[in-house]
Amino acid sequence: MTTPAPDETTHAMAYTPEDLPTAASLFQPHRILLMAIFAALVLSAAWFMRWDWLPQYLPKLGWGIVVTLVMLFSTAFLGFLFAVPLGLAQVTGPWPLKALAKGFCTVIRGTPLLLQLWLLYYGLGSLFPQFPAIRSSFLWPYLRESWPYGVAALTISFAAYEGEVMRGAFAGVPAGELEAARAFGMSRWTAFRRIWLPRAIHRALPTLNGETVLQLKSTPLVATITVIDVYAVISKVRQDTFLTYEPLLLLALIYMCLTGILVILFRKLENRIPTRGA
Amino acid sequence: MADPAPFINWSLLALSPPGWGSVLLSGLFNSIQIAVGGYSLGLLLGVGGAFGKLYGGPIVKDLMECYTTIVRAVPELVLILLLYYAGTDLINQLLALGGLPSVDISGLAAGIFVIGVVQGAYSTEVLRGAIKAVPAGQIEAARAFGMSPIKVMTRITLPAMLPYAIPGLSNLWLIATKDTALLAVVGFSELTLVTRQAAGTTKAYLLFFCAAGVLYLALTLVSNFFIGIIERRARRGLVEAA
Amino acid sequence: MQKTLKVIALAAVLGISGGALAQAEQVKVGFAAEPYPPFTSPDASGNWEGWEVDFQKAVCAEAKLDCVITPVAWDGIIPALTSKKIDMIIGSMSITEERLKTIDFTDKYYNTPTGVIGAKGVAFEATPEGLAGKTIGVQVSTVHQVYANKYFGENGATVKEYQTQDEANQDLAAGRIDAVQADAIALGAFLKSDQGQDCCELKGNVKDDVAILGAGVGIGLRKGEDDLKAKLNAAIKAIRENGTYDAFSKKYFDFDIYGG
Repeated sequence: MTTPAPDETTHAMAYTPEDLPTAASLFQPHRILLMAIFAALVLSAAWFMRWDWLPQYLPKLGWGIVVTLVMLFSTAFLGFLFAVPLGLAQVTGPWPLKALAKGFCTVIRGTPLLLQLWLLYYGLGSLFPQFPAIRSSFLWPYLRESWPYGVAALTISFAAYEGEVMRGAFAGVPAGELEAARAFGMSRWTAFRRIWLPRAIHRALPTLNGETVLQLKSTPLVATITVIDVYAVISKVRQDTFLTYEPLLLLALIYMCLTGILVILFRKLENRIPTRGA
Repeated sequence: MADPAPFINWSLLALSPPGWGSVLLSGLFNSIQIAVGGYSLGLLLGVGGAFGKLYGGPIVKDLMECYTTIVRAVPELVLILLLYYAGTDLINQLLALGGLPSVDISGLAAGIFVIGVVQGAYSTEVLRGAIKAVPAGQIEAARAFGMSPIKVMTRITLPAMLPYAIPGLSNLWLIATKDTALLAVVGFSELTLVTRQAAGTTKAYLLFFCAAGVLYLALTLVSNFFIGIIERRARRGLVEAA
Repeated sequence: MQKTLKVIALAAVLGISGGALAQAEQVKVGFAAEPYPPFTSPDASGNWEGWEVDFQKAVCAEAKLDCVITPVAWDGIIPALTSKKIDMIIGSMSITEERLKTIDFTDKYYNTPTGVIGAKGVAFEATPEGLAGKTIGVQVSTVHQVYANKYFGENGATVKEYQTQDEANQDLAAGRIDAVQADAIALGAFLKSDQGQDCCELKGNVKDDVAILGAGVGIGLRKGEDDLKAKLNAAIKAIRENGTYDAFSKKYFDFDIYGG
């Protein structure tokens, strides 16, 4: 089976730096007109809809955004750390490891994240207290909380998707470069550390943009296991005020801003580390 | 006490009551229905979106850009809530403005609509990439033969771009099947929600979530099998890229 | 080509609205799509059963309404009502001042006290002092959420909010929270289950606060639907008087759930 390049589909699902408009292109006449209509829409939304609840919830919203971002960056970082061995095992590991890594990626990528999250929190989490050893261990205060389950599920998911990318990246490093390294007398380990790994990561970097935006789009799921992220705060507003549209529109706007900021940051980073075409 | 084995009560998965197997399967059937419907709607929107983005006027292009940007920047869960509550409400208000009676939108139709709109933006991007991969000369030649734009689309552009689009489109199908799980949050009885109901009623959480996982995985693997066949057919006669 | 498309689109629109007109008499009854025994819970054949399902059937039969049960997400049940996804709520929703600002209610059809349960072996009272420093779970958008935040949350307890009652119970059984506050009957059903018997016990009922806990449970309606409201009120009164209410209640309870 030919697996399609994950990069393309990711790009179709996640806003990435190459989609950013240039400043000059914003000043075409029809765009100014469209922007004026959009501004009128926003103003009328601000005027005709109910926003009196907003000041009261601002501090909570701020905290929620912090929780969302911490969830995003911690799980993307941890997930990437796991993705490297996952990719490597699939390319060069002995067959049991290879099969295990491939099976892991297939299972995680083949089932919905929401189900994995609930399986971990309500399924596995409800088994723990039956073991007195776990209940009295130092881990218990953490296992009682909900965020470790959220971090675990998001990390596993990111590792599985990025592991697939890393597999391609390891496999794509030209064999000649590795042979050259060995010809210079590098040991297998040194060649891996100095050539193979850095080259593979370099090749995988462009996909990280899209995968990270996709990960941001997955974070609100943790609200379903009582983690109070920005989505959960908005849900609370909806329940307290019985408003449907205003909080959700604000939430969509918040996520658009977060994505926008992320993408602009990536653009800045990309300019520093030339990766395209590597 | 520490042995979890007695906790597994396989008879809970039996197909006839008191087993919940048939409930899970009907949930799976609902999920597949929504995935098929949403995916097809998404493809229609995607073809329109891709052509609009490539050949439309400046305003059409910008509107399409807004559509795909919003869907690609906002979590599916948020979009699903917004579309589920606002979308159907909006349709009825538009109908009321036109003096038409309000439409009774079923949960299934709402689910298909929601997944379709999200998928539409993704397919727009996939198809746009595929159409751009079709050599411009082929399309120009068709125009030079005097074909109407619609004929160019149905006879040349769509068939020629298919091999390029199929990998992305098959990924989107897999994503559509998994996105249906998000409808659990709005209370639609698809596989994930009925699983949770079964688990909550019987308290066998681990068993039911694992069973649902197996069903989703089976759906993915069966899809992968057919995707493989379709890809091989579509790639016939193409030079493999090195 | 274009003409055919237009004809198809027109046919589709007519088909949809035609279908809608044919079933215009139907009333969609919404409740939370989650197990909430003994009131509403799904069974293994995919049907819903429980006291409130029986009540809904009796009221609809009495009021001669063609009711269709429509499970929806609890946290979106009021938006579902106001956006006409459902036409009434028969889902253990207490009549409160706060909700009356957005929707309307019929007269009450049951009323029960509010209880607090906790793990066996941990002794505490269902009072603000007893729960100080403890974590208490409640379901979102319920009177219990408001009550727990006011009486316990402001006196040193941590209030954790769950989308469904079942999740709060599950977390109590898993030892993640110390207590759960909810409707005493729903908690009683949980305590009778295998899991509840093993882990938890009733710690007592909370002090009443009618302003928050409401004066009973009523059928939720959109504002301005006075005809439907009058019909339903008459139906509730009729099944109370002709014995139907008591007949199906006996299947579930050995006391009068209607309350004083």
